[in-house]
Amino acid sequence: MKARVTVTLKTGILDPQGKAIEGALKSLGVDGVASVRQGKVFDIELAGADKAKAEAALKEAADKLLANTVIENYAIELKA
Amino acid sequence: MKAAILVFPGINRDRDMARALKLISGHEPAMVWHAETSLPVGTDLVVVPGGFSYGDYLRCGAIAARAPVMDAVRDYAAKGGLVLGVCNGFQILCESGLLPGVLMRNAGLKFICHDVHLRVERSDTPFTRGYNAGQVIRVPVAHGEGNYEADEETIKRLEGEGRVLYRYCSADGVVDEASNINGAAQSIAGIVNDRGNVLGMMPHPENHVEDIMGCTDGRGLFAGLVQHLEKAA
Repeated sequence: MKARVTVTLKTGILDPQGKAIEGALKSLGVDGVASVRQGKVFDIELAGADKAKAEAALKEAADKLLANTVIENYAIELKA
Repeated sequence: MKAAILVFPGINRDRDMARALKLISGHEPAMVWHAETSLPVGTDLVVVPGGFSYGDYLRCGAIAARAPVMDAVRDYAAKGGLVLGVCNGFQILCESGLLPGVLMRNAGLKFICHDVHLRVERSDTPFTRGYNAGQVIRVPVAHGEGNYEADEETIKRLEGEGRVLYRYCSADGVVDEASNINGAAQSIAGIVNDRGNVLGMMPHPENHVEDIMGCTDGRGLFAGLVQHLEKAA
């Protein structure tokens, strides 16, 4: 089973990297960019086919390591 | 003083720290590998040094914070043992939950590597008793992620409980935006936990302890710790 965990900064947390990317896009002349927030994507392959178990493992992974929940949110997406 | 310095892959300030501690306390610190599950018997100070543990992968300090030795450090801190984290060590202590908040990318995005001035906010703690309250010291910083942030309530509590021990300031001790090198909330350079036995700070006091370094302002921190431990013994 495959899964994707997306980690994003919580709203209100200053994101200097996103700001720099936003500035770079503007200087490249990419039109219509209002703002950029950057984050991380983890593509994870899971052993076994139990969906509930996979979700529990991914939640544990995100809480324990992948995200720092002081400043970040995460979303788990299971793929068939 | 029986200090233990934690060593993680990618840490590079461990020997600077060992040299400073030996110089000021007269005792050779123990170097403790991250895979250990206990600290040497009789340890009275744990130091998490600076560097780039695990290449700063994922988030600075995130992987080191989950190393086996950190469980031992958590137990040790829970019993009131003194823990000092410098630079990457501060990041590791935040990631491990021993200190609140997080060190974000510097507001100006650049890696900052030069001397800064710090105002010592109080002198009645084991980590500051070698200084006077309000004293300005000069120590180097070297970090890309030193921008301390926490939620509003946490910042309020840190300030209310006098847990900000070191703050970035100008040469004459003024805390302002210009001297806040990395954009940290409240110009925070170093904080302690609620019990006051765990300090995390971004600057490197261990790099200003000998005349050859051009400045010895960092000595006070270690001398204060030695004094505190002697008094406690």
